Amino acid sequence: MLTLTGICAAVTVSTLFLILAYLVYNGAKSLSLSFFTNLPLGQGETGGGIANAIVGSAEIVGLASLIGIPVGFMAGVYLAEFSGKKLGFLIRYTADLLNGVPSIVIGMFAWTIVVIPLHRYSALAGGLALSLMLIPITARNTEQFLLEVPRTMREGALALGASKWRAIATVIVPAARKGIMTGIILGVARISGETAPLLFTALGNQFWSTSLFEPTASLPVVIYNYATSPYEDWHRQAWAAGLVLLGLVLAANIAARAIVSRGPSLPR
Amino acid sequence: MRQFEEELNGLNTALQQMGSLVAQSIHRSVLSLVEKNEDYAHQVLRDEARIDQLEIQIDDLVASLIAREAPVARDMRFVVVAIKINTDLERMGDMAVGIVERSLAVMRQSELPTHGVFVEIGNLVESMVLTSLEAFVQRDADMARCVIKSDDAVDLLRNKIAREMLELMKADPANAERALDYILIARRLERIADHATNIAEDVIFMVQGIDVRHATQVPCD
Amino acid sequence: MNPTVTEAPVAARAPAKMRAVNLNFYYGSFQALHGISLDFIENKITALIGPSGCGKSTFLRNLNRIAETLRDTRRDGEISLDGENIFDKDVTEIRRRIGMVFQRPNPFPKSIFENIVYGPAVNGMVKRGHAQEIVEKSLRRAALWDEVKDKLHESAYALSGGQQQRLCIARALAVNPEVLLLDEPCSALDPIATAKIEDLLCGLKNQCTIVIVTHNMQQAARVADRTGFFLLGKLIEHDKTDVIFRNPSKKETEDYITGRFG
Repeated sequence: MLTLTGICAAVTVSTLFLILAYLVYNGAKSLSLSFFTNLPLGQGETGGGIANAIVGSAEIVGLASLIGIPVGFMAGVYLAEFSGKKLGFLIRYTADLLNGVPSIVIGMFAWTIVVIPLHRYSALAGGLALSLMLIPITARNTEQFLLEVPRTMREGALALGASKWRAIATVIVPAARKGIMTGIILGVARISGETAPLLFTALGNQFWSTSLFEPTASLPVVIYNYATSPYEDWHRQAWAAGLVLLGLVLAANIAARAIVSRGPSLPR
Repeated sequence: MRQFEEELNGLNTALQQMGSLVAQSIHRSVLSLVEKNEDYAHQVLRDEARIDQLEIQIDDLVASLIAREAPVARDMRFVVVAIKINTDLERMGDMAVGIVERSLAVMRQSELPTHGVFVEIGNLVESMVLTSLEAFVQRDADMARCVIKSDDAVDLLRNKIAREMLELMKADPANAERALDYILIARRLERIADHATNIAEDVIFMVQGIDVRHATQVPCD
Repeated sequence: MNPTVTEAPVAARAPAKMRAVNLNFYYGSFQALHGISLDFIENKITALIGPSGCGKSTFLRNLNRIAETLRDTRRDGEISLDGENIFDKDVTEIRRRIGMVFQRPNPFPKSIFENIVYGPAVNGMVKRGHAQEIVEKSLRRAALWDEVKDKLHESAYALSGGQQQRLCIARALAVNPEVLLLDEPCSALDPIATAKIEDLLCGLKNQCTIVIVTHNMQQAARVADRTGFFLLGKLIEHDKTDVIFRNPSKKETEDYITGRFG
C-alpha cells in the first residue's frame, strides 16, 4: 500500500518537472530578446516574436481583472457578511456551478453577447469571458477568508462604535487580506492560461491591436496556432511561448506563497 | 466539594463533642456542690485536659478551612461562629473547674442554709447550657432566643445568693470564708450562663445572619 | 427595638446609569432570558454571576446591542441609558457610549497605536495631531503605558495575553465610554495578570460605570459593589455584594456561592 501510494505521489511531483524540463529543452533555445520584442512574421518565415501576444494577454487579462476582481470581491463580501442562510446557500451554489461551466461554453456565451452584436472579435469580449471565470473563483475565495476572521474580531470593531461597513472595510478585510490577495493572484494566473474562451472572442492578431474593440493576440492562442501549424520554426516558438506562459504562472504562484508566509497572520 | 463538606461536618462534630463534654462537666460540677459528690469533682478535673485539647483542634480546623476554602454565606457564618463557640465552651470548662475547686473546699464543712437556691440556679444554668448546645446542633434560632431570655433570671438568683451570703456574714463573721466560697461559686455559675447566652447569640447569627448582641430586648417565640 | 442587621440607613440612592426592564431574549425559539429587570448604579461595579449557560453573557451582550448581530435572534423589553431606550437610538452611538471587553483578548492585526486609535478615528474624535495624546492617555488609564511606550508601532500580537487584554481595555477606554462591559475578562489570564486587571477596574469605576460577568466568585466578591445572580435565564437575586456573600436571601443563590451546585 505504501509503495503504491508512494509511487503515485512521485508521479504527481515528477510530472511538473517533466513538463518544465520538456519546455526548457525545447523552448529555451528560442528565447531571445528579439523573441520578446518582435512581431510575428508570415507563415514559414523565421525570426518572429510574440511581443504582441504578451501585450495582448496583458490587456485581456487586465480587462478581465478589472471587471472580475471587484465584482467577485464584493460578491464575496456580501456572502460572508450580509447574506441570510437561504439566499447565501443559493448564491454559493450558483457560483460553484458557474465555476464548473466549461471554459469553452463561457467563450460561446461571450461570443453571443459581445462578438455578434459588435460584429467583431475583440479584446473586450475576451476580457469579459475571462472575467466570468474569475468572478466565482474570487467570490468564493474572498468569502472563505473573510469567514475565517474570528467573530470576536468583528464584534470588537462593532463594539467600538464602527458601523458594519466600516468594520468590514477597516478591520475584517485587512485581517483577511493575505488570503484574499493570494486567491486573487492564483485566480488571475489561472485565467491567463485559458485558451478556449479566447478562440471565440479575442481570436488573435498578427499585428498590434490598437483598441480593445479589435481582435487581439494572446499567448495561449498563439501557442495553439503555432503548435498545430506545419512550420518547424513556429513549433519552436510555441515551445518558447509555452515556457514563457508557464514561467509567468509559476511566478504568480510563488509570489502568492511568499505573501502568505511573511507578514502578520491571524492569531490561532 | 465532598472534601469541603466533610471538613465542615468534621468541624461540626468536634464542636458537638466539646459541647457534650463541657455540658457533662457543668452537670457534674453542680452535683458535686449540691450532693457533695467528691467523685464527680475529680472527674471534672480530669476532663479539663481533654476539653483544652479539643479547643486547640477546633481552632486548627477553622484556620485550615478559611485558608483553603474561603467559605462564604452560611458556611462563612458557621466557621466564624465556630471560633466563638469554641472559646465560650473552653471558658465554660474553666468555670466548671473553678466551681469544683470551691465545692471541694466547702464540702468538708457544714452546709449553709442556701442549698435550695443553688439547686435552682444550678438547674437553670444547666438547662441554658443544654438548650444553647441543642440550638446549635439543630440550627434552631428560636430555641436560642429562649436561652437569651433566661439570662436575666440567673442574674437575679446570683444577686439573691450574694445578699443572703452577706446577711450570713453579718450574722456571724466566722461564716465569712464559706460565704465567700458560695458567692464565688454563684458567680461562676452566672458566668457559665453568660457564655451560654453568647452561644445562643452566635447560633442566631449563624442561622439568620442577624447580630443580636447588646440589644435591649429579644422576643422569645 | 427589634434586632436587625446593622446597616446604615439607605441614603438617597445613587441614580441608575443603566436600567433593564423586563428583558426577554430568544435564540430562535429558545428563550435565553426571562424578564430580566436590573439597575446599574452609576460609578459602581456590578458583577453578574451564575453557572454556565445561565444567560449572564447573553444579557451583557444585550446592553451594548452586540447580541442582535447574531442571526435569528429576537428580543423584547427595554434597556435604558440615562433614561433613554437604547433600542431607539443609533446603534453606533450606543456602542461608543457603552464599551465592551471580551473574554479572549481580541486586538486587531494592527500595531498597538493603530488599535487604540481605531475607536476614536471611527467616531470622528481625533483632531489633527492629537492621536498620540489619546493613545497615551488610554494606555495610562489601562496601566499599560510604561510597558509599551517604546513599541507603540509594533504589532499588538507581540504582547503577552495579559498585556493584550489590557490593550483591549485601553482600546475600549479610548472612546471615553460612560459604561464599560467586561465579559469574563480574566478567564484566559494567569493570577498575576488577573490581579492587575482587578486593580485597574477598581480605579476605573470613578470614571465610568462597570458591569462584569465572571465565573470566578471570589473575583466578584473582591471587586464588585453589587452582584446579580443568574440561573437558567432568570435573575434570581441582586443586592450589595456584601449581602450576597454574607447572607443571601434566596436558597439558590446560597447553594451556588457555597459551591453546592453549578
